[in-house]
Amino acid sequence: MPSFTEIKERLHTKSVGIAGAGGLGSNCAVALARSGVGKIIIADFDVIVESNLNRQYYFYDQIGQKKVIALKENIRRINPNISVEIFAERITLQNLTSIFSTCDLLIEAFDQADQKMMLIEFALINLPNIPIIAGSGMAGFGETNSLYVEKFDNLYICGDGATEVSDINPPLAPRIGIVANMQANVALDILLKGEKNGDHC
Amino acid sequence: MEITVNHISEVIENRTTITISELLRYKNFTYKMIIIKLNGNVVKREESDSIIVSHGDNVQVIHLMTGG
Repeated sequence: MPSFTEIKERLHTKSVGIAGAGGLGSNCAVALARSGVGKIIIADFDVIVESNLNRQYYFYDQIGQKKVIALKENIRRINPNISVEIFAERITLQNLTSIFSTCDLLIEAFDQADQKMMLIEFALINLPNIPIIAGSGMAGFGETNSLYVEKFDNLYICGDGATEVSDINPPLAPRIGIVANMQANVALDILLKGEKNGDHC
Repeated sequence: MEITVNHISEVIENRTTITISELLRYKNFTYKMIIIKLNGNVVKREESDSIIVSHGDNVQVIHLMTGG
């Protein structure tokens, strides 16, 4: 097992891509930054609105800013030694490969199910050597023990696989934060042990 | 025939092959937002009527839901 020094040295050489800077992406990025992952590439076209603040890693005085710009600043305030590359544009099938092709792994951090499906399907086909860590099912509150990680070859799904966001099952900080940190935790395991060693769940 | 569906062994009686579409109906996977993989390769929705699953194959159906 590597020592803490070796863990930090190893993580500093790694690069993680994050598609989306909302509840999953912003919290996952911060966990990876605090852990010392050397490079984080984040893409999102969106702007911070007040309703994001119940779960996303932004502050009241950042409302109106582009999420990726605010997130880069928040990460800089946590650890200025991390390289953060940002793309303030909508992720499409045209630009996805060029944005994320250099990453050691990709975090899916979209909100809408159809967008998640599009991203994962495209990345599995076009970036087959990059493991993907996605989130599915994290709405509402409570039911902590229903959250788990499931491995499908080099695709990892974090969540409860059951709760869809709705008016009675809103997105809330604790469960979304747990899943975002589960994604970061799977990422560290893959980065430190290698994709082929262990199931990372 | 015997196949694996989402890590679990599944015996389908009186069949030697089944299409992906038939398997989704058989398993009652009615969700719209799913990723389907057959032996590690992505199966696109429009291919699901023509792609055939045989004895020993490994099928994965991953349901994605809104939230994040």
